[in-house]
Amino acid sequence: MPILTVEKLTKSFGGLTAVSNVNMEINEGELLGLIGPNGAGKTTLFNLLTGVYVPTTGKIVFRTKKGEESIQGLRPYKICGKGIARTFQNIRLFKNLTVLDNVRIAMHKDIQYGIFSSFVHGLRYNKEEKKIVEESIKLLEILGLDKKKEELANNLPYGEQRHLEIARALATNPSLLLLDEPAAGMNPAETTELISLIRHIREEFNLTILLIEHDMSLVMQTCERIYVLDYGKIIANGTPEQIKSDKRVIEAYLGEDVNNA
Amino acid sequence: MREMKSIFKASNVVKLVFIVLTYLLVQFLINIGIITDYYQTTLATICINIILAVSLNLVTGFTGQFSLGHAGFMAIGAYACAIITLKNPTYAGFIQGVAAGAILSAIVGVAVGLPTLRLRGDYLAIATLGMAEIIRIIFTNLKITNGAAGLQGIPRFINWTWLFVFTAATLIIISNFIKSSHGRACIAIREDEIAAEAMGINTTKYKVAAFVIGAFFAGVAGALYASYFYFLKPNIFNFAKSVDILVIVVLGGMGSLTGSVLGAAILALISTFLQRFSEVRMIIYSLILIIIMLFRPQGIMGSRELSLSLFKRAASKIEPKVGKERS
Amino acid sequence: MEQFLQQVINGISLGSIYALVALGYTMVYGIINLINFAHCDIYMIGAYVGYYCMTFLGLGVFASLVISMAACVVIGVAIEKIAYKPLRNSPRITVLITAIGVSLFLEYVTMFFMKANVRSYPPLTGILAENINLGSIFISMKQILIVVITIVLVVLLQIIVRHTKLGKAMRAVSLDKDAAELMGINVNNTISFTFALGSALAGAAGVLVGIYYNSINPLMGVIPGLKAFVAAVFGGIGLIPGAFIGGYFIGAVEVFVAGYGNSMYRDAVVFAILIVILIVKPAGLLGKNTREKV
Repeated sequence: MPILTVEKLTKSFGGLTAVSNVNMEINEGELLGLIGPNGAGKTTLFNLLTGVYVPTTGKIVFRTKKGEESIQGLRPYKICGKGIARTFQNIRLFKNLTVLDNVRIAMHKDIQYGIFSSFVHGLRYNKEEKKIVEESIKLLEILGLDKKKEELANNLPYGEQRHLEIARALATNPSLLLLDEPAAGMNPAETTELISLIRHIREEFNLTILLIEHDMSLVMQTCERIYVLDYGKIIANGTPEQIKSDKRVIEAYLGEDVNNA
Repeated sequence: MREMKSIFKASNVVKLVFIVLTYLLVQFLINIGIITDYYQTTLATICINIILAVSLNLVTGFTGQFSLGHAGFMAIGAYACAIITLKNPTYAGFIQGVAAGAILSAIVGVAVGLPTLRLRGDYLAIATLGMAEIIRIIFTNLKITNGAAGLQGIPRFINWTWLFVFTAATLIIISNFIKSSHGRACIAIREDEIAAEAMGINTTKYKVAAFVIGAFFAGVAGALYASYFYFLKPNIFNFAKSVDILVIVVLGGMGSLTGSVLGAAILALISTFLQRFSEVRMIIYSLILIIIMLFRPQGIMGSRELSLSLFKRAASKIEPKVGKERS
Repeated sequence: MEQFLQQVINGISLGSIYALVALGYTMVYGIINLINFAHCDIYMIGAYVGYYCMTFLGLGVFASLVISMAACVVIGVAIEKIAYKPLRNSPRITVLITAIGVSLFLEYVTMFFMKANVRSYPPLTGILAENINLGSIFISMKQILIVVITIVLVVLLQIIVRHTKLGKAMRAVSLDKDAAELMGINVNNTISFTFALGSALAGAAGVLVGIYYNSINPLMGVIPGLKAFVAAVFGGIGLIPGAFIGGYFIGAVEVFVAGYGNSMYRDAVVFAILIVILIVKPAGLLGKNTREKV
């Protein structure tokens, strides 16, 4: 059953069409890859799915517990509220805040007490804040960051910052997780660890995952199905085996050997 | 039961004791005549400036929205309270005046904040500055505010106790807000607006919320000002006043409430000593701004708070044993 | 109709002054993204230098104008080197607060030395003191002088920006500082040069406003400075033609509000225009909207 359906999605910036007539279907529980050469429009597609950009035309339908809903053009916080979370390619953590605070902030949307009760810190406040801290620490344990919860995000090494981005996205309690180049800048050992981490969180949180990645070994090893984007268009879609042998994909990568990469 | 306990945590008790002791100490100094009438005026200025600085800090230091129009909100509170207490010179009238001033100021805050908070950084600064100037010009031209001449003989209903209660209440409310999930949402906006929005935070709502809470307390401060100083005219609330408040926040540290308290106290003392030389005072203010920005842009406190644990940490550096016991 | 034409003439004179000041705001904003709050005080200092040249040195209008522009160049560049250059990589809010500090510093240092009272420019003599009457419309030679000098300066500025090496460097730095540096442009000198140009224009505007209104004081720059900034935003901040158009627009609005409405509200109207532009089209009349890259 599809959790996300994208129909004829197009985004133009002035004369440039960054994403053009894209159709996608993501099934519940899938681990999908989105690949393509630099400038193919992958991040733009993420920005459209998460509401950072408003599509020029097209439809995005997302299935929540309440049923199917059109989400194109909604503001990012609303889309996040419906259950789509993301990480950023160019890490966008709350740098001057602690690791714990980064995660706690992402739990904000489920908070029950209002602004007025925050002025007096009543019983409800204490109860909920305690719960938030407990849940945040649980998440940090899964991502291996619990010992660093009081450190500033900015002081974490690069790989751990990427982990914190994932922890923060998970804190919003998503059903669909979008990862934008989670392995960028990681060494092979870290990448291997990341692969098992991604698989683990999918099981643990019942997630559907769509990831953009340049590291072909990661994509081919982990993803069950792959979309290939080139010049804003989907040029192929299939299992890793199908993608490896797809002529158009090989052409798009201009001799870059998809098999060996 | 556990929840009940956490309200009476050690740090809260210490804070309460500290608040009461501060009050009693100052009251004692007033009673024995060390704090004379002259210095009581300074004390009032400090209290009012703390309220102003803390409320501006919420907007600029914590939420990262640069506002240069705080004097405008103060003016609304001051005039509302003055007009009401002049008509109804009783304590009830005064309370109504403070409430009306704060609420009116908050309403204007919503009206101004909703459209302008979409603007970034320096554009917002200039829009809020324009807003404050418009408010001042309106007060200069209205009959009910008696134009440029201003209002005189506003009955005084407050003393040190009242000022202290209002100041402490403002500090507690804003500090509680910042330590809540809503406050963290505001801080997230300062850190990275796009990431905050992507993590499910309605950034418009929280920018406006911080702006409106800031406007509300600036209104309170204005009302207290009107009641304490008898006399109002529109020029009190000009651009220089907004800058005064900004200097306090910047000196104390953007994102530090205790920093704002320190900043308000330091600057009030400086200006008391330089009262007769207003130009020199302004030159010193401007130099403080420039020098802090060049050499210590985070201000005295940075975004840290003066707290018991900070003292403990400082003490543990001197006496390593204490630190070991704690860890 | 005659009253209308009279207002147009007054609007053009006042607009010329706003245009000159707005150009400085817009060039500095274009190159380092800073609202240079101190710019309005350079205009004030220009007025004082002109006053001294005319009153105590007995110099003519043009000599005073040139000396005042030169003095403002020195001050403007000094401010940039001392206060803004060390903060090149700081957050924008830090530089903005510094600019406010510099502005207050200039105002109150001037007040300390010159005292707060209003000074009067000496009356002009000879042909410059005359008026031209066209029916019931009244044009003073002062107004013609202001408009002519403004146009000459703006043409000169255009030539410098369009056709000299430094002008090209300015445009390159405002587009992309790092790329310009890689192309061998000395970014620091280019920024200083921008401040020099802007300050010279502000100095000229200061002398012209002294001649026009006859009175100057240490805080004279604050409100006109804000209005000139509004003019720059109206035209599209960072764009030289925008500042020029914006200056005349704001001048006209002010004169017409004072002439036909309530003169007490003319400042309020200008600020209201500012807020409306910022909300409706923050990029200004000639500007293009841009978005932050995610």
